[in-house]
Formats: sequence, structure tokens, C-alpha cells
Amino acid sequence: MQLKKIALAAAVAAAGISALATSTLAQAQAAEQFIPLLVYRTGQFAPLGIPWADGKQDYLKLVNARDGGVNGVKLAYEECETAYDAAKGVECYERLKTKGTGASGFDPQSTGITFAVTDKAFNDKVTIETMGYGLSQSVDGTVFQWNFPLLGTYWTAADVMLQDIAKKEKGSLKGKKIALVYHDSPYGKEPIALLQKRAAAEGFEVSLFPVTPPGVEQKSTWLQIRQQKPDYVLFWSAGVMTPAGIREAQASGYPREKIYAVWWAGSDHDVKDIGAGAKGYNAVTIHNSAAKDKVHDELKKYVYDKGQGTGPASSIGTIAHTRGMMISMLQVEAIRAAQDKYGKGKTLTPEQVRWGFEHLDLNADRLKALGFGEVMRPVKTSCQDHMGDDWARIVQWDGGKWEIKSDWYQSDKTHITPLVQEYAAKYAKDKNITVRSCL
Amino acid sequence: MFYRENGQFKGNYSADLALFPIAQDRWAMLAFVAIAFIAVPAFASDYSFRAVLIPFLILSLAALGLNILVGYCGQISLGTGAFMAVGAYAAYNLQVRIPGMPLLLSLLGGGLCATVFGVLFGIPSLRIRGLYLAVATLAAQFFVDWFTNRMKWVTNDSSSGSVSIGKLEMFGYQFDTPVQKYLLCLTIVTVFGLLAKNLVRGAVGREWMAMRDMDVAASVIGIRPVYAKLSAFAVSSFIVGVAGALWGFVHLGAWEPAAFGIDKSFQLLFMIIIGGLGSIAGSFFGAAFIVLLPLLLNYVPHWLGLNLSTATASQLEHMIFGALIVFFLIVEPHGLARLWSTARQKLRLWPFPH
Repeated sequence: MQLKKIALAAAVAAAGISALATSTLAQAQAAEQFIPLLVYRTGQFAPLGIPWADGKQDYLKLVNARDGGVNGVKLAYEECETAYDAAKGVECYERLKTKGTGASGFDPQSTGITFAVTDKAFNDKVTIETMGYGLSQSVDGTVFQWNFPLLGTYWTAADVMLQDIAKKEKGSLKGKKIALVYHDSPYGKEPIALLQKRAAAEGFEVSLFPVTPPGVEQKSTWLQIRQQKPDYVLFWSAGVMTPAGIREAQASGYPREKIYAVWWAGSDHDVKDIGAGAKGYNAVTIHNSAAKDKVHDELKKYVYDKGQGTGPASSIGTIAHTRGMMISMLQVEAIRAAQDKYGKGKTLTPEQVRWGFEHLDLNADRLKALGFGEVMRPVKTSCQDHMGDDWARIVQWDGGKWEIKSDWYQSDKTHITPLVQEYAAKYAKDKNITVRSCL
Repeated sequence: MFYRENGQFKGNYSADLALFPIAQDRWAMLAFVAIAFIAVPAFASDYSFRAVLIPFLILSLAALGLNILVGYCGQISLGTGAFMAVGAYAAYNLQVRIPGMPLLLSLLGGGLCATVFGVLFGIPSLRIRGLYLAVATLAAQFFVDWFTNRMKWVTNDSSSGSVSIGKLEMFGYQFDTPVQKYLLCLTIVTVFGLLAKNLVRGAVGREWMAMRDMDVAASVIGIRPVYAKLSAFAVSSFIVGVAGALWGFVHLGAWEPAAFGIDKSFQLLFMIIIGGLGSIAGSFFGAAFIVLLPLLLNYVPHWLGLNLSTATASQLEHMIFGALIVFFLIVEPHGLARLWSTARQKLRLWPFPH
């Protein structure tokens, strides 16, 4: 009898699922703007995902606590755990896209999920915000109306690394050997197209070293690197792969000064445990990671001192946490820009927020007022250019903390723009997308 | 009482061989199919289509395919994810390389490629069995992971190794809305479900079951092990391949090799073990359990008004899920399908048991 009861309860509960989607709709509230938060607090990339997710949520809490929302519209949010899995990400996307008056914008936090939801976003008319990752060709706003790879893509990251290397090599990369050690997934493969293009144009050699996810086992990769002795290693890793790679570099004696990591492999937790062993390790950063600014103080004052912080107070100011705050800041500013057009103090539809994303204009004064003046450079998006600007700089681990090693770079558009156009045109053709006119 | 069979006489062979010999079963099943085809599209929300029903249907199909191999023929396989991947990538290649290729042909073509691949990796089953075979099929999984990641032409030279599908079109008819996609999946699942049901109760199915129960005895009575085992691999990987193609085309729309990783193989194996080995309905029960339960566990704290952090909820989900699997296996090692048939048996006598 007991068993039957359990089975019955399970069946009833399962039937309740469909009723549930409707009930979440009913909870919509008028004076709120809903922001979905896709996060991965579990899974193989959790070390990076946790501070990142905390940062995203913390900034929204700050805006609510300090300003009472955006022009009086409170920011509502809900997290959904993806564990970096595309199918789970799709489920989260479907669950949250219609919540409230519609999702203001998705930051999928994963290249794979970005791929999967990009197609859906075209039909659902919601924005996909991918700060520093995502589809590199989605810079082209004429094709990718709903994607915003703000502040930079993997192509710009690779380009900036090469610029810094060229500077060290007195201007020319000719005859150099550059290795790309990458996470064998769409994320890791993104820079290859640009590297090969530049290699052909400038006469250096690119060798590819894929590492099977999650990337704990890299011995053979670094042995090969020891044999081939590349002049520089570009390191496209994430999560547990990063410290494992640095340790292997250390073990095989490859100089850490010659390693350039992408921004996701250059967080505090990646190198802290290795300490002096990682000394000299370079990472490109999409913002001024070494700096703290007004926003950090305000976060402490308005949120953490009241005991409402999402994570531990010690994570304030770490690279990943600040990056999370930047993502939310861009989201909030998009809402603000859209409110300027569609009416202050109103809850906006996803399409209106998209307009805001396309008309972001954060100049130096505005950033200073927001408390991000030291953290990032001005950014301005347009119908044509969904990236805004792509400032980045190189930081180096000195054994105890990150040090800024270079001035701000911007990617060299001579190789990137044609590549963006080529890939975007291919995408438009494959998907039968009508290309917008931005004139 | 509801299941009283009194007065249901069978006057000819076809009545005796019917899929559902009991009238109540037949009507219940017809009603169920009618609800799935008519009532559900009319009432369910977009979310339930895209996030619940479509994945449930596709995974049921994959579980059905695996169940034929593991449940009916007794050949344990850990390469289901690989067979799904072959189906998905083959269908993708057919779609992008042949202009104007109808969607249905791509899907079936994906299934056919998976069949060839499945038979190839089924060959070791002629020599080894049980756990050893499971490890051999694991090789299929690793091979496909490597292959889809490394061979650029598989992904049509995509720069990132991830592929995405254009419009879903069949005979000039577009599958855009979730309802259309759901109906597409439902139709395919229904057709395959019927075919599988008929297959397993026919001569081929009996050969498979004989192989499963005792292969030496089976070969003594004249069943060819080569034929029986490889046909199970072929049919199973065909169905799994079609499911893989649907998973990529209809559910994800764009995917990377990780979408068909070893996790998927394990997940499907859990599905059929929990659902019930050697039972068609079990595949559906198992898929429902694995797809719906995590969602449910996700929602329960919300309903109760508990404010759990995402991480805690996700860890809790894993724990409860694991505990429930263990619980179910202890209470009913033959899976949910057996639970269901026990319930049916009892209902035949209810309310006057002996």
C-alpha cells in the first residue's frame, strides 16, 4: 500500500509540472524589471563560476539598495543553475525568458549555451549578452540583432596577446613559433580562425595543442611543448585546466613569462595556490583587474556591511567577481538607456531593452559616476557594432598579486573586421537571416 | 473492477495477437495518444513544450533504442551517447551538404549511419559479454568524442567545432513553433514505439530474448548468435541515432560534441534501469523520471517558499536524486514498469482480492 501511495504521489507531482509554468507567469509584478541570471555554481568550472555569479547578483543588489532600482523600477532576478551544460542552459533559458514582463537579457556564461540559445533568441526576441565571450562574429549587428558580445571577443583577445608579444619582439612576429594550448570545446577553438589568418599574413607559425576537457591531464601536451620549444604559448583554458596547466609548465620548465592566458584563465583563484610557481604568468584582461574603484566601496557599504552580500566579503575586488559586476552594470545601463527612450520608471519589454543595448554610451564621465572609472574604458555600441569597444590589457602574476604590465590595447581591425563579416555572412546564409540595414 | 476481463472473448487469431488484448488497455492507450496529440498542444505552455515535453520525448526514444539492446538482447552498452552523436552529426552533414534535403530523410539518414556504426562496434559482442562488452562499447564513446572534436569536416569546417541547424523544413512545411516541434517528435516517437513493440514480440524479439536469457541454449535451438546480436545492435543504434538527430536538431538547435558525452550514455542507462529493462513502457517511465524529477526538485523549494541558494539547491538535487534511485532499485529492482504492471495486476482483482 505504502508503495502505491508513493507512486501515486510521484504521478500527481509530475502532472503538476505543466501547471507550474503557468503559475510562474502569474507571479509577474508590474513595477519590476526582471533579469535572469544563468550561473554555474557547481560542475567542473565552479571555481570561476561562483565569484562571477556572486558579482552579477551583488551589483543588482547594490542598485536596488543604493538607488532603489533604475529610476524607481526595482530589479528582480532569479538564478538558474546550468553547471555549464548546454541542455540545462536551454532549460533555464526557456524557464526564465517569459518571467515577469520578459527577460531583460541573458548572460549565458558559456560559449556552448550561447550557441544553443542564439538561434532561439532570434525567434523569442530576447537579448543575449556575452561580455568577453560568445560568438566572435556576433559583433556584426546587422546579422546578429539580438547578440551583444560587449567589450571584446576571443578574436580581440587573441589579437591583443599577439600585439603584446610583437611589442616584446621589437615589432615583428616573423619566424616565431606560437603555440595555442586550448580547452577542446567551442570555447577553446574560437581564437583559431584569427590566429591562422594573422599567421599567414605575418609569417609566424601557429601550432595547436587541444586539451580534452576538463583538462586535468596535460602531461603529454606540455612534453610536446618542451620538445617543440614555441616562443610563446597562448593558453585558452578554464576552470581546473588552468592551475593544472601552469603546474605542468612549471614541471616541464617552460617559462611562465612566455604564457599568455585568456581572461577566463587569469583569475586570482587560478594562480593563488601555486603562488611563486606561477610568477611571470601573463593574462589578458578585459578590464583593469588590479584596480578597485568606488563601486567596490559602495558594494561594501550598501550591501555587505548590512549582511546582504551574496558571497564572502573577501571576494570583492577579485577579477571574476568584478567581471560579474561589470556584466550586471552593462545590463542595468542598457535598461537605463532604454528607459530614457521609452519612458522613465516603466517596466520595459525585452525588445525595448535590446534597443538600450544597442545604444549604450558609457563615456569616461559616466563610468566615473557609476564607480567603474578605474575599472574599464568607455564603451559605445551601435546598430552595426554590437561589441562597442574592445579595450584590453595584460596583467602579470608576481607571485602574490596581479600587476598591470601593459597599457590599454585595442584589437587591430585589419584582420578582425573581414573575419567578422565573412563568418557573419556565412551564418546569415546558413540560417536564412535577412540582414538588417543600419543606415 | 476496472480491469475486469469477463466477457472479452477472442474469436480469431488477430484478436489474440492484438497489441493490447484487454479492451480497457486499448481504450486507455487510445485516449492517452489522443490526449498527447490533441489536448496537450492545446493547453500546454511554451515552456513545458521546450523544456519538458520535447526533451522527454526524445530521451524516451533514445531509451527505447537502448532498451532493445540492453533490456531485450542483454548486450550492455555504454556507447549510447556516441550512437546519438553519430546520428546527429550524420543528419547534420546530410542537411548541409545536400541542398534541399528533406528533414525527415536527414533524420532517418542519421539513424542509418548510426546503424552502420552500431553494428561495427557490436562485433565484439560476438566474443565477449557482460561487463567486458560494456567496456568495449565505451570505446565507441571515446572514439566519437575524439572524432567529432578532431575531424573538421564533420562539423562542416566550423571554426569553433560547434554546429547549428537552419530552419526545420519538411515537404515545404516549417517546424518553427514549439507545438509543431512537439508534434514532430511525438509522431516519430509514436511510430517508433509501435514498431519496436511489434518487433520485440515477433520472431526477432524472441531471438533477442533467447540470446539474453541464455545464449548457449539459444544457439542450440537454432538461433544464430551473429544475426541476433548484430540485429539488436542495428535496430537499437538506428533508433538511438534518430533520437540523437532529434536531440540536436529539434531540442538544442546548436550543439558541441560535449552534448553527446559519456554523461548522456550513463543517463540513458539509468533511465532504462529505473524505468524497467526489457519493457517498452519502461523506457518512457525512465525518461520521465530522469527528465521530470530534477525539474520537480528544483521547483519544490520555490513552492514551499524556501529561499535556497542555487548551489545548495543543485547539490540537494543530486543527493535526493541519488537517494531516490537507490530507493527505487531496492524497492523494485525491475523498474517502474514492473511497479506499473503490479499495480495493474492488483487492479484486476480490486476491490475483492482473494
